[in-house]
Amino acid sequence: MTEFNTRDLVTILPELVFLGSIGAILIVDLFIKPSQRIVTHVLSILALAVTAGFVWSAAPAERVTAFGGMFVVDMIATTLKLAVLLTTALALVYGRHYMQERKLLVGEFYLLILFATLGMLLLVSAGNLVTAYLGLELLALSSYALVALNRDSAIAAEAAIKYFVLGALASGMLLYGMSMVYGATGTLDLARIVAATPDVQHPNLLAVGVVFIVVGVAFKLGAVPFHMWLPDVYHGAPTAVTTFIGSAPKLAAFGLAYRLLEDGLGGMSPHWSQMLAILAVLSLAVGNLFAIAQTNLKRMLAYSTISHVGFLLLGFVGATPAGYAAAMFYAVAYALTAVVAFGMIALLARAGFEADEIDDFKGLNQRSPWYAAVMATIMFSLAGVPPLFGFFAKLLVLKSAVDAGYLWLAIVAIVFAIVGLFYYLRVVKVMYFDDAIEGGTLVLPADRPLRWVLSVNGIALLGLGFASGPLFAWCNRAFGL
Amino acid sequence: MTFELVCFYVFAAVAAAAALAVISVRNPVVAALSLVLTFFSMACVWLLADAEFLAVALVLVYVGAVMVLFLFVVMMLDIELVPLRETASRFLPIGVAVAAVMLVEMLMLIGVRSLKVEPIADPAATAGLSNIEWLARSLFTDYLLPFEVAALILTVGLIAAVPLTLRHRVGVKKQNPSRQVQVRREDRLRIIKMAAETKQGESP
Repeated sequence: MTEFNTRDLVTILPELVFLGSIGAILIVDLFIKPSQRIVTHVLSILALAVTAGFVWSAAPAERVTAFGGMFVVDMIATTLKLAVLLTTALALVYGRHYMQERKLLVGEFYLLILFATLGMLLLVSAGNLVTAYLGLELLALSSYALVALNRDSAIAAEAAIKYFVLGALASGMLLYGMSMVYGATGTLDLARIVAATPDVQHPNLLAVGVVFIVVGVAFKLGAVPFHMWLPDVYHGAPTAVTTFIGSAPKLAAFGLAYRLLEDGLGGMSPHWSQMLAILAVLSLAVGNLFAIAQTNLKRMLAYSTISHVGFLLLGFVGATPAGYAAAMFYAVAYALTAVVAFGMIALLARAGFEADEIDDFKGLNQRSPWYAAVMATIMFSLAGVPPLFGFFAKLLVLKSAVDAGYLWLAIVAIVFAIVGLFYYLRVVKVMYFDDAIEGGTLVLPADRPLRWVLSVNGIALLGLGFASGPLFAWCNRAFGL
Repeated sequence: MTFELVCFYVFAAVAAAAALAVISVRNPVVAALSLVLTFFSMACVWLLADAEFLAVALVLVYVGAVMVLFLFVVMMLDIELVPLRETASRFLPIGVAVAAVMLVEMLMLIGVRSLKVEPIADPAATAGLSNIEWLARSLFTDYLLPFEVAALILTVGLIAAVPLTLRHRVGVKKQNPSRQVQVRREDRLRIIKMAAETKQGESP
């Protein structure tokens, strides 16, 4: 039995500060009028910023565990937490105008997003199967409710039900796999599982556990063939919510996959790397091919997410630190691009107009050359055109796959990346070469932070492309390279 | 096979069958009652594993409180028994076949022989404590962090329930008890003085 140690509280201090701020926001929000919701908005972003400050300043140089190994802080966790907090703050800035126009800007919108973020922070620091599962549930339950926030929309209700049922199924798979792993190794602690793996009595039982855990993780990542929920949820949810669930949780899913598969089941990597290779190929193929047929931009981006998950998994197949570093870089690059891609849709939307069809972007260049340029940058970055951020991310995972001896996988990925170029370029073509359906200049929302932050985020994709060296060096350092 | 093992298989089979009934029967009341049976069988399985506290808590909390509430709600709702969707019954044979193949594969992979896994030593017995004492201690020492996170999940449930159910509809007639009890005679009754009316041409 572990005795309670006050040092543990120092290790978990950023999460405690964040929880305290959420509690404060919960109380403050009760006493303000709906017209003053900006207070909650500012406080939420402040809470994220302060937490990021604590994560940064309290970052230990080496791996530190607390609560008897339940909670782990290392450079991987710190990096992912900072990225999660930044992406969430961006999603909040992009979502405010959209939610306000639809009278959906309730205090619960902020609280649920903040609780989901807390779940992600716990998830990427999980040192035990129980912590990993509970962090995941905290994230998932908040997300289900967020999707259902617009109760008058039939597609939102459908999306929420699908998300809930399939999410519960995935959790069930994960739990079943965890119970098998526990049965084989006799412990829930990830470090002890990895230590017990070589001389486990029944390797087959452990292998069955690995299969179910991989299925559960693939569900949460949205890898084919466990991707069915993704397009419906991204399409059905209010765009502001899609901006959030389409970006930051991908970082958390990377953290979950890393903690479970490498930290816990690293000894079983010959088993799971084959499964992940198959999932990667299927995700690349299905994601890119189905995206071509979409007319709705949110659905197209959902299928594009599936293909990006395929790329992310390329970093895992080698089960090497270099591969994980490349995958983490990819996850960060994807989250920062996806958040601004959905943010663009939220920017163009107004009351009664969703702007989520590709046709809604027709002739955007005539109406607003600046935002057409930003959107083109986003699309080129998602497609992986040099010298943008997305290009370097793709390059690094491909390099790691080749280094790990998966040359065929890298070739398949490149072929499908070229297929993917088609539908990203179609959006650019529609913006620059088609005539606008509506005439006149674009009516932009008065929300100045939204316009400024979105522009900076879009341009940053170009800047980060040039500055990707230090960022990748950081990711490498996190994995001890 | 010991008596305990026989009991385990019986309870496990009943639990699995009842769980299947929950999602396959058409009558929601029967489904809710099947869920009660699932919980009850699981409680029995836990009793066999010497987890008395969990078993009693499951029966008291879930069967005694949660499921009663569930049944109450289900009976209050006016649910039409929707016929099984055509597509569902069409794909049922394929689904069953795939499930059977997967089950056989899994059993072969685990190996029926290796089903005889050496049970992991009961931590409560190793520590020389009763089940409930061990549970209470480990919940507030080893599992302190997960315990607190579970509390956060319940908080999220509470917060999420508000936007999903609270709705201010316009034009809904509702009572305000506070105003009802504060009503005075003057609010409801108005006494007007007026001249007595008589029909024309008629003398009183």
